[in-house]
Amino acid sequence: MSELMQFLLSGATVGAVYALVALGFTIIYNASDVVNFAQGEFVMLGGMTTVFAHAAGLPLPLAALVAVVATSALGVALNKLAIEPARGAPVVSLIIITIGASIFIRGAAQLVFDKQIHRFPAFTGDDPLHILGATILPQSLWVIGGALVVFVALWLFFTRTLTGRAVLATSNNRLAAQLVGINTNWVMTLSFALSAGIGALAGVLVTPITMTSYDVGIALALKGFAAAMLGGMGNPKGALVGGILLGLLESLTAGYLSSTYKDAAAFIVILGVLFFMPQGLFGRKSTDRV
Amino acid sequence: MKLTPKTATLLVLAALIALTPLFFPSGYYYRVGALIFVNGLSVLGIVILTGYAGQVSLGHAGFAGIGAYACALAPVHLGLHPALAIVLGAVISAIMAWLVGRPILRLKGYYLGVASLGFGILVSMVLSNERWLTKGPDGIEVPDLGLRDLLKDMGLKLANGEFWYFFSGICLLIGAWLVLNLYNSPTGRALRALHGSEIAARTVGVDVAKLKLQAFVISAVYASVAGSLLALMNKFVTPDVAGFMHSIEMVTMAVLGGAGSVLGAIFGAGILTLLPQVLTVFAEYEQLMLGAVMMLVMIFMRDGLLPSVLRKIRGRGE
Repeated sequence: MSELMQFLLSGATVGAVYALVALGFTIIYNASDVVNFAQGEFVMLGGMTTVFAHAAGLPLPLAALVAVVATSALGVALNKLAIEPARGAPVVSLIIITIGASIFIRGAAQLVFDKQIHRFPAFTGDDPLHILGATILPQSLWVIGGALVVFVALWLFFTRTLTGRAVLATSNNRLAAQLVGINTNWVMTLSFALSAGIGALAGVLVTPITMTSYDVGIALALKGFAAAMLGGMGNPKGALVGGILLGLLESLTAGYLSSTYKDAAAFIVILGVLFFMPQGLFGRKSTDRV
Repeated sequence: MKLTPKTATLLVLAALIALTPLFFPSGYYYRVGALIFVNGLSVLGIVILTGYAGQVSLGHAGFAGIGAYACALAPVHLGLHPALAIVLGAVISAIMAWLVGRPILRLKGYYLGVASLGFGILVSMVLSNERWLTKGPDGIEVPDLGLRDLLKDMGLKLANGEFWYFFSGICLLIGAWLVLNLYNSPTGRALRALHGSEIAARTVGVDVAKLKLQAFVISAVYASVAGSLLALMNKFVTPDVAGFMHSIEMVTMAVLGGAGSVLGAIFGAGILTLLPQVLTVFAEYEQLMLGAVMMLVMIFMRDGLLPSVLRKIRGRGE
């Protein structure tokens, strides 16, 4: 029982990070139909920038803030310099642009920072807490709590504010949104900033547990993409559920079956979901306009 | 005789393969050339899948891995000749592609991407983890193809690099000939039609799902054969051949050079194979430059390098 609890807790922690990455995918996909494979690099930048800002003498909260703001600015730059100029390009070109961006950011991080593995201290100490016979690091609670706060805040933003509704309108129908006076370019900029900021925040939260280095982004991007597809691409609720499910699946597989194949389990389940529920768990049925 | 685009493409390719060695200052260049041709062969599969049919696969290296490890394992465990191992790898790849593609290709958009991504990662994971069979991440030796010795007995002596240069060059020519034939066949036209608009293609009676599946299976066979050749040429293979980065490399080569054109895609394979060789001086900056090249070409030359440059030259001529 306590063993199961342990797997569930560690799965939920990893899952919360996947959910945040999947949420980043979802926000950008909704605003621009682009699957942004550089999403994992935002997480890496969040962690790495905090490490170096902290090492330079900034207190940890300030260093984290700097990391989130700087990464958001990079997200905006990515949109302005690479995505907007390629508007209307075929899907495969956009995939290559974002993968190119991810390789570029990784290459730059390796030069600007270094190739070492880093971490910074956990926010509230490293003494594990005991819950129902299992142990959990306080930092895990920060990760899970942080993810929940982000999801609630975004839900309020999308349903209660005019700006949030403008984003939703744009994702529903870009042309119609333009016709009622929504500045859709601005919505795209906002979406990239939000998505990069959320990615960086995930990096800040999880680095004390998993550590970080310049090349952690690609694996996170693949898992986050898989989680987003599992939940149904374009649905924030799907991103949350898909991320948590994927995290739980991995830790249960690692615990009960085989730790070498924990990543395999995730992808097998995703293949299964695609075969039987191609729209994902929460995806809408789509119809084509000719 | 009227020169059709197909004959012209094949002639240009044959001339390039035959004449470039005249400018090689050392034997090392034969090896680089052979590497370009083998990569070019796998990229030809992407031309069919992405350039003609408009589908994106992010896991084609999985098929290259199957082809490569078929050549490493079948001769040792099944006693097959390496040449037959290539065929075995291709058959397994075709079956896997059919199994993975059949349910997925009824869907549109990113689904083939994520499904093939999952498939590719599974293959590379099995290759890394099943040490009893594959010897794990450190790689495994691959037996000799034996064709060079056969040629030697017939009186044609070639250095190893030279042999692989011309052998892979001929394979590439045959592969290109098949792709070009497909382009003008009814199947090829139907593929290009569904690239333009799936709904329009379906309206005129094209079996969209079946065609996409065919394109996926054919391209998997190309990747598998290229993987086999790579393993036989290096006489060694590691699970990296099936890795995610290799899948990305394949798609990038095709799209960078021009996925809709055979010469363009091979040109892309050439550039991306040469880039790391040239950039070894700037090893620190390799990723930075690769990423920048990928973004810049896709933003400013959407049809790929070769078609864009050709259009510019023609535009000036008029």
